[in-house]
Amino acid sequence: MAHDTTHASEADHAHHDHHDHHDHHELNFWQKYIFSSDHKVIGIQYGIVSLLFLLLGFLLMSCMRWQLAYPGQPLPLIGNFINDLYGGENGVMTPEIYNMFGAMHGNIMVFLAIVPLGFAAFGNYIVPLQIGAPDMAFPRLNMASFWAFFIGAILIFGSMFIPGGPAQAGWTSYSPLASSIPTNGQAYWLIGLVILIASSLLGAVNFIATIIQLRAPGMTWMRMPFFCWAQFVTAFLLLLAFPPLQVAGLMQLFDIVFDSSFFLPSGLIVGGQPADISGGGSPVLWQHLFWFLAHPEVYVLILPAIGMICEIISNNTRRPLWGYKTLVFAVLTLGFLSFIVWAHHMYLTGMGTVISTFFQTTTMIISIPSVIILTCVLLSLWGGSIRFNTPMLFALAFLPMFGIGGLTGLPLGFSYSDLYLHDTYYVIAHFHYIVAPGTIFAFFAGIYFWFPKATGRYMSDYWGRVHFWLSLLFMNLIFMPMFLQGLNGMHRRMVDGGANYASPVGPEGGVIGLLSEYIELNQTISIAAWCLGLAQIPFIINFFYSITHGKKVHSDNPWKATTLDWQTPTPPPHGNFTHPVEVFRGPYEYSSPESDDDFVPQNAKPSPSHQPAVAKK
Amino acid sequence: MEIPYTVKPRPDTGVYNAKIGIWLFLASEIMLFGALFSSYIILRITAPEGSWLEGVLNVPIGFVNTLVLIASSVTIVMAWASLKMNNYKAFQGYMVFTVLCALTFLCIKSVEYNDKFHHYEMWTNAESNNRFTGHFDKSWLAEQKSAYKAKVAQLNADHQKALSSWSQSDKSTPAPVAPKFPEITFFTLTTTEIRNLAAFLGTDSVVFEKEAKHAYKYHGMPGEDTHASNDHAAAGAEDHASSTSAHDDHSHHESLTIPVSEIKRTSAFIPSHSTYFAIYFTLTGLHALHVFGGACVLAYFVICNRKMWKNEPDRLANRIEVGGLFWHFVDLVWIFLFPVLYLL
Ligand code: HEM
Ligand SMILES: [Cu+2]
Repeated sequence: MAHDTTHASEADHAHHDHHDHHDHHELNFWQKYIFSSDHKVIGIQYGIVSLLFLLLGFLLMSCMRWQLAYPGQPLPLIGNFINDLYGGENGVMTPEIYNMFGAMHGNIMVFLAIVPLGFAAFGNYIVPLQIGAPDMAFPRLNMASFWAFFIGAILIFGSMFIPGGPAQAGWTSYSPLASSIPTNGQAYWLIGLVILIASSLLGAVNFIATIIQLRAPGMTWMRMPFFCWAQFVTAFLLLLAFPPLQVAGLMQLFDIVFDSSFFLPSGLIVGGQPADISGGGSPVLWQHLFWFLAHPEVYVLILPAIGMICEIISNNTRRPLWGYKTLVFAVLTLGFLSFIVWAHHMYLTGMGTVISTFFQTTTMIISIPSVIILTCVLLSLWGGSIRFNTPMLFALAFLPMFGIGGLTGLPLGFSYSDLYLHDTYYVIAHFHYIVAPGTIFAFFAGIYFWFPKATGRYMSDYWGRVHFWLSLLFMNLIFMPMFLQGLNGMHRRMVDGGANYASPVGPEGGVIGLLSEYIELNQTISIAAWCLGLAQIPFIINFFYSITHGKKVHSDNPWKATTLDWQTPTPPPHGNFTHPVEVFRGPYEYSSPESDDDFVPQNAKPSPSHQPAVAKK
Repeated sequence: MEIPYTVKPRPDTGVYNAKIGIWLFLASEIMLFGALFSSYIILRITAPEGSWLEGVLNVPIGFVNTLVLIASSVTIVMAWASLKMNNYKAFQGYMVFTVLCALTFLCIKSVEYNDKFHHYEMWTNAESNNRFTGHFDKSWLAEQKSAYKAKVAQLNADHQKALSSWSQSDKSTPAPVAPKFPEITFFTLTTTEIRNLAAFLGTDSVVFEKEAKHAYKYHGMPGEDTHASNDHAAAGAEDHASSTSAHDDHSHHESLTIPVSEIKRTSAFIPSHSTYFAIYFTLTGLHALHVFGGACVLAYFVICNRKMWKNEPDRLANRIEVGGLFWHFVDLVWIFLFPVLYLL
């Protein structure tokens, strides 16, 4: 405790110095909060926008879940509104609307919610702090990157309100379907996507340059917190995997706007009419370009989450992360391998057994580093004196959820089992286990964990626990039954939840359609989904209430953490550190005998009293 | 607050920030153009028999452009070297030359593009010789355009008249509906546009200036000798098209009047013509955008950074170095583009 108070007053003092120093050129509101080039403000901007999109993506899905559970029945509350926007009558969701919502749910969740939240929001806020840098290497580029993201996001979101409605061809936008649907929404989406990609390329360049160039003195590579490693690899994935999708996006845009035939085969018939195109293109080419991005993209979704989990678990077990070096090499391997597994999404395109075999092999190999990571983190728990606070609960729940998601990926990685499972609810359950109770739980953990640094106040632990247990329950109630549905053959994009395929028992006694018990699960799932939405209310209230009314932190380092992000004033000022930082040790010196307290911050000088006896002589 | 290593290199990495930044950016650019080149390869090897174009681009012009870009790549290095040797005058000269090269390149490229926009291929329903290149007869096109404009204006005027007399009436009859007419830009004509135009104006045939020599080679095309002479070339088209003797000034063209009903498809040499032109325009267009962007930045460095030369000469030299790296990359992409598109 004594340690804490001295620390705080020291920091307060420093804080004052800082203000005095900056008084002459005080920034106005716009420069400070809107067009700011401060990485923390940009991080928070990304955070706010992407959390809003997360909510929007969820609301779209809630509407779809109504249609799946009660096909053809009027959608309560907003049924008439969507009829006005997109057609249809009596408040019923038409198949077109279902497809629009489905496509937008996927697009928004992946490109506008999870990636910007994990990589850009948390990354921007935390990485420069953790490596001891005053800001990103290119602060103005950072701002440009946020505003490019914002414009792209507005275009994609805006496409929901144009005549004809938004894109309808799923987040994968397979051609020729995507370019044949009569709506301009697809073009909007593509333009938005090209801008988004430009934004994340700028972001990726910035992150890598920052991590390479701006590490504080003494912050060697192997002293970097694991979160920074995860962001480093993620940035490379974005840098190298996104350009092909940008190209693919431009090519599909050409197909739509200039009537070219990049992805359109000869003899294409659209709506009963031969299309007025040259043909000669290759639909599979789109899939290759798309998945060349989209597989690395799934690691973009998960790596920042894993990074945060590692920080939080190490901090709350009060012991070093088990196998830090192993983790680093595993994540580097994972990043590299993720570029050569993409076609495991394409076993059904008839690309041939040789190619399938190659991609099966690489897919199996890539599961090794994933398992290594999970194992290291699990072993870190061993013998720790665990503090079960809200961030830690979310972090702990992440582990089995990520495990379930990852292990269920293996049957998908083998072409023969994937022939059966492809495009069923099994796939939906697989990746949602990783992204929803996985990545999103990690984000919750991160929000509860870093909230005190950004605001100087805690979020309520009690309501945090309520939020956690309810979320955990409903997440599993939603996604676990989907495995069953998928295994029993329910296709992933059916607008009626499979009712058309309902067929109890065939003539010979064998099952020839979907059993009604699996169709009825739709209702269970939908109710759980809506309850999950309700379970976020405590979080939302807790979040806003705590900004102004939460319990105040008594020190700059309330969790007693070792990494540099906690060795700053609260909240960190522009420029982050009040004194030049120097790093003397690794990132996770918890329970170190060197200190009376149970941790030693990275920037703590080696104290003379703990020098080896020889040195004292 | 000061960001470290913006000008001086960081001792352990040996580079300053912007240099890392540009190398990373170029890495992503390599993936960008790499994906396009891969797409080119896949489109080419999976193209249906006889649909991949060859020899349609103007090689000498492309070659000149290659030389122009290479020259600019040399001068940008000279510019940087002059700065390092404290010779600002020479630096300015080399930079201006570099930017002029870039502009020359873009001008030549746009001439090439323009040529393609007005060059058509025509596929007809005829038994033989049903595929030839050329362009629409200029005077015919002008006639159509003015007829179209006149008719649209007429329809609009009629509508206005009807509308005003309706609004003065007791409005017991429903309001007159706005006239419908097909949107035709006349920038390039597509098959659909030609059909719509014909239906709208009541024209039943188009006048097409056929080239004696097909504009390109492709697998499965009849040997060139069938196209060698003017009188022979018209043989197949004669079933449906009446040919008039060639104009004096276009001795290598032959004027054909083709009934609209006989047109299977027609397209200028634009992305909708074939996947070849689609990838050609995507690759070269994206490259030209890079040239344009690079030229703007280089021009900015030489026009607006005089003060920086006085205060922070190292910083300016870094800028030129980074800009030069980008410029070399743009040049390198063209070095790949030229043989792949023009020669192969
Ligand atoms: C060892 C781990 C993993 C393996 C072996 C694996 C394997 C697969 C395979 C083969 C598919 C394609 C299934 C099909 O379409 O038939 C798939 C789909 C998917 N996976 Fe994984 N996966 C793994 C981990 C992950 C991770 C970590 C994430 C993301 C954070 C993820 C996200 C996805 C997504 C989003 C899809 C669905 C794409 C779509 O069709 O819309 N997977 N997975
Ligand atoms: Cu994958």
